[in-house]
Amino acid sequence: MKPAPFEYVRPKTVAEASVTLGRRGVNTAAIAGGQSLMPMLALRVALPDLVVDISRLEDLKIVTRTPDSVWLGALTTHAAIEDGETPDVFNGLMRAIAGQISYRAVRNHGTIGGSVALADPAADWPVFLSTFGATLRIVGRNGVRVQSIDDFIQGPYETTLTTGDIIMGFDIPAPPRSFRWGFSKVARKSGAFAHSLAVVVAAGKGGPVKAVLGAAGPKPRMLIATAAQLEIPDSSEEEVRAAIKADLNAYFGDLDDYQKRMHTANVLHAARKMRAQ
Amino acid sequence: MTTVTIDLNGVKIAADVEPRQSLADFLRDACGLTATHLGCEHGACGACTVVVDGKATRSCLSLAVMCDGRAVQTLEGLRSDAMMELLRRHFHESHALQCGFCTPGMLIMARDILRRHSRPDAAIVRHELSGQICRCTGYANIVKAIVAAGQEIANVATSEE
Repeated sequence: MKPAPFEYVRPKTVAEASVTLGRRGVNTAAIAGGQSLMPMLALRVALPDLVVDISRLEDLKIVTRTPDSVWLGALTTHAAIEDGETPDVFNGLMRAIAGQISYRAVRNHGTIGGSVALADPAADWPVFLSTFGATLRIVGRNGVRVQSIDDFIQGPYETTLTTGDIIMGFDIPAPPRSFRWGFSKVARKSGAFAHSLAVVVAAGKGGPVKAVLGAAGPKPRMLIATAAQLEIPDSSEEEVRAAIKADLNAYFGDLDDYQKRMHTANVLHAARKMRAQ
Repeated sequence: MTTVTIDLNGVKIAADVEPRQSLADFLRDACGLTATHLGCEHGACGACTVVVDGKATRSCLSLAVMCDGRAVQTLEGLRSDAMMELLRRHFHESHALQCGFCTPGMLIMARDILRRHSRPDAAIVRHELSGQICRCTGYANIVKAIVAAGQEIANVATSEE
């Protein structure tokens, strides 16, 4: 047994789980899929006294679709998204992203809520959620709050979560049906954490463009110049490349030459894919 | 200690587990089911892959206590599973193992791949197998065995139509 000893409880309701997680004087950790927490427990990087199992809370498994948005409960697994069990209003983008997260056995258990709560700068979902301006619903000691993903993630492994908080799920605005996307990821091997993550989306031909880059800095970042350049019909690849370079210099001054070339190539690859749709 | 009830390879068992015990340690140490191998113990190597409620699962990344009420299948429990018999034969014929340490995880994952993909080609198998590490074979024969098994299933299905 590698983890240090801890107590374990499986509350029946979200309210009970929140109270248990917020217990004073006790170092608590919530476990859902456990695919990130388990290695941290084994390495004793995480040392909770009490592990609160939230994996069976039905209120966190709700998935609904309204005309304007999709609600994904925090316990939605990567595999469920990959297999198209959740509403596919993103023309396949979510499925493409999900299918490249880690490995199938991990995707079977790993959840979107757990991934976002960990806020690894190289994680996929924060980039996706940021692209669409998604919001989180979080239940905690002071009731429920709604927060945008960009406000929620403060930096590497840093979020606004405090003791007793539980992410209920994500409200993701649905794009227009004509929406096009490009997604590109650089990783040493398939399933490994990304060195670069780029999502480029356009609301139809000639519509507004958004480009978001992950794994380059402390949190996902909108590439403003790149998006503006991609909005110009028939702008050349050289012009797009120059815009990406300008964005990288503006937001990620610390990157070395190799990293800049890698991110440039990756964003360009995503942009090409989007334009080809 | 917490008491859990688990459907283990088709048999209902009740056991007392320490909360920090992984499913892998529980299977090997408490149940004597040593087909489940432990390589990295942090989810990278795939040797410990088992099936929980029908889903391929890293047993090193699961707590035994969280499997309370679930159905767990290890390689031992898939001895007479039709697809596993087929895979064993193809692993044998293609010489898809050398030291055998990764093989239990490879077989479980191979079965999972064939349940989700009909007649997968080598590219699909390689992508799907990227979470399983083998340090002997160079993967070529493992991929060959799974592709061949997938073809045999598809051919049998076609001839039965």
